[in-house]
Amino acid sequence: MSAHDHQLDGHLPHEPEKATLEGRNKILGFWLFLGAETVLFGTLFAAFIALRHQTLDGPTPDHLFELPMVFAATMILLVSSLASVFAVQALHQHKVKQMIVWLIITILLGLSFLGLEIYEFNTYVSEGHKLTTSAFSSSFYTLVGFHGAHVAFGVLWIGLLIAQIFKKGLTVVTAPKIYVSAIYWHFIDVVWVFIFTVVYLMGKVG
Amino acid sequence: MAAHAHTVKRYRGLMDWLTTVDHKKIGILYLIAGGLFFLVGGLEAILIRIQLIKPMNNFVGADTFNQLITMHGTTMIFLAAMPMLFALMNAVIPLQIGARDVAFPFLNSLGFWTFFAGGVLLNISWFAGDIPDAGWTSYVPLAGPTYGGGHGVDYYLMGLQIAGIGTLIGGINFMATIINMRAPGMSFMRMPMFTWTIFITSALIVFAFPVLTVGLVALTFDRLFQANFFETGNGGNAVLWEHIFWVFGHPEVYILILPAFGVISEVISTFSRKRLFGYSSMVFATVLIAFLGFMVWAHHMFTTGLGPVANGLFSIATMLIAVPTGVKIFNWLFTLWGGSISFTSASLFAIGFIPTFVMGGVTGVMLAVAPADFQYHDTYFVVAHFHYVIVGGLIFGIFSGLHYWWPKMFGRMLNEKLGKATFWTFFIGFHLTFFIQHFLGLIGMPRRVWTYLPGQGFDTMNAVSTVGAFLMGIGTIIFVVNVIVSAANKKPVADDPWEDGRSLEWSIPSPPPEYNFKQLPLVRSYDAWWNEKQKRQRRNAAGRAGRTDPYAFAIDPSARHEHRIVRSGAGLHVRPSGRCHRRARRHLWQHVLPLRVRRSRLPHRA
Repeated sequence: MSAHDHQLDGHLPHEPEKATLEGRNKILGFWLFLGAETVLFGTLFAAFIALRHQTLDGPTPDHLFELPMVFAATMILLVSSLASVFAVQALHQHKVKQMIVWLIITILLGLSFLGLEIYEFNTYVSEGHKLTTSAFSSSFYTLVGFHGAHVAFGVLWIGLLIAQIFKKGLTVVTAPKIYVSAIYWHFIDVVWVFIFTVVYLMGKVG
Repeated sequence: MAAHAHTVKRYRGLMDWLTTVDHKKIGILYLIAGGLFFLVGGLEAILIRIQLIKPMNNFVGADTFNQLITMHGTTMIFLAAMPMLFALMNAVIPLQIGARDVAFPFLNSLGFWTFFAGGVLLNISWFAGDIPDAGWTSYVPLAGPTYGGGHGVDYYLMGLQIAGIGTLIGGINFMATIINMRAPGMSFMRMPMFTWTIFITSALIVFAFPVLTVGLVALTFDRLFQANFFETGNGGNAVLWEHIFWVFGHPEVYILILPAFGVISEVISTFSRKRLFGYSSMVFATVLIAFLGFMVWAHHMFTTGLGPVANGLFSIATMLIAVPTGVKIFNWLFTLWGGSISFTSASLFAIGFIPTFVMGGVTGVMLAVAPADFQYHDTYFVVAHFHYVIVGGLIFGIFSGLHYWWPKMFGRMLNEKLGKATFWTFFIGFHLTFFIQHFLGLIGMPRRVWTYLPGQGFDTMNAVSTVGAFLMGIGTIIFVVNVIVSAANKKPVADDPWEDGRSLEWSIPSPPPEYNFKQLPLVRSYDAWWNEKQKRQRRNAAGRAGRTDPYAFAIDPSARHEHRIVRSGAGLHVRPSGRCHRRARRHLWQHVLPLRVRRSRLPHRA
């Protein structure tokens, strides 16, 4: 089976991610998976909201959070989402090089978001805000940490997909993977918007 | 050119079973694994009942008793009932919707092996000596680090986490399969009822299991990393665990029972030789039950102290579920009404299901009355109630489905005499075990207590209950014997061995070839296969009247109940296709479904 066949006789269709039943299954299945992920984060949010006032002797959210830095992290993640939109547009125009450039920008922004988060967690720990400090701290690290782990997984995944594009090119097999990873990236972006609101902004106003 | 068409290395024998991605083989793997765990859970149940056979008994002791009830509940729900449902789903759903496989064959295999690994991990605890003992609900603080010492509960947390991933994968897979891979013409409202219930169950899995995932993660963090989710001393909240567990746990019981509703609908319709009464109301009731199933979790927590407003609302929401469930019960009764019923093992289990499940439903409404629940809570009344819905509902449904689809799965008939013996011993044993437990509960025997003092009126009823449990064990052994006997029997079965099959799985050989359908079928109505058979009957009748019929199929014209099919057919809903397309479509059918029932392959019925 050559790459030639995967491109349907050299003509990649306009939306190569939806050209085959396998591709359509993958996209539908992934949306369903995101439904499950929504419930997962919903439960983490519920636990956090139930426990967020239980700070005991540990630092309070008002004391801990530095909004400018968190705002910068938010902007970085939002822009990375935009970059992955451009990557999918390039995919639809079959501009492989352009697509890879946008994907690389996406993961670079993702990495800088992760760097900021690690720095942030590090600072908190030095201020006496550890996983074991209080119910607030446990639920904080679990919720924000789950999101961070999702970003890290996304970076790794998109990185591997770039390598696969270099190896196999853009075909009706690789296109759905790129498309689905972009949906995933938007999803973790949306989750972050909720974290920014519920954890950080609500933490500042009590 | 198919996108994934490349040569795959073919294995034989054991390696083939370990590496298979064929949904029919994965279904059999689920059945074997789920069946084994069912025997383990059943053995645990028998040990529990021996411990309780007389007052002040010291057969297993208090610690082992706690471990037994925890492992019995966890094993039966997550490792026996759900995998056996997945067995039926895998064996039947792609065939019923006219598909060649599921949407994600590899993930299907991955889901099975993660479930199996999780189940094995949980049961390794028996050999490691640290056994979960905080109940299948694993309430904190009993399961927390302070009171749940040792690693018993950790086996529960890790085992369920891993098995849960497998279940979630399966749920996503079957939703995607049913949405995307139905045969041409099979609209949602032409799907067989079993397919509908599996679709809804899969949706419940997708939206309920992640809640359990989070609960298990939080408790794991509490136990292993000294987090404080449920540690009240450090600001945690023990009631939060109850909420998280039941927000998952209540939809879970509908995940279990809805597929049984689907099996019962298929079996009753087939063996009454009638279209399922009220198909659309059945679909609507299923969807409504699933929706309400997410709205009632706090009825498990009436005595927790949420207050009268919460208790009142959850009480009313719970009683509402009785309405769509009642719709289903009456639909089954009206399907039976006036039908030409044959009492096969499968239909006995289905018919036995109806009154049994109604009893479980009635005690459910009793428990939904919050003030009354303060009396019933944590007594044997509750134990009787949920065994009536889970054993009397789900396990009867699974037995019914297994007897019904066995020839399709394995190409061998189960022995009807042994099947009926299974039914009667299991049915009588079940009611003997659990009916009396209602009264044990009402006079005050608490659940989850390892022994009791004599002279409280508990003695005789407990002894009777234990005898019943042994009878259920004998019923299960008869079933296992039946499986072995049928495996030794080399007689092949026909494509449509019950002769009354209604849905597409009966239009292909038993067992089906690896690709299921030579050509994808064109579906023209609900009960697609039944209606095609009927059309052939009419054509044959026309042929006998002297006209030649180019579309005559080789159905034996002297088939036993030909007359009945034609007669009851008058009451069937046949969707007329557009006239101008008729001829072309007929022509298509002839090629699309080369479904000959040869005289020599008709089964020999007992």
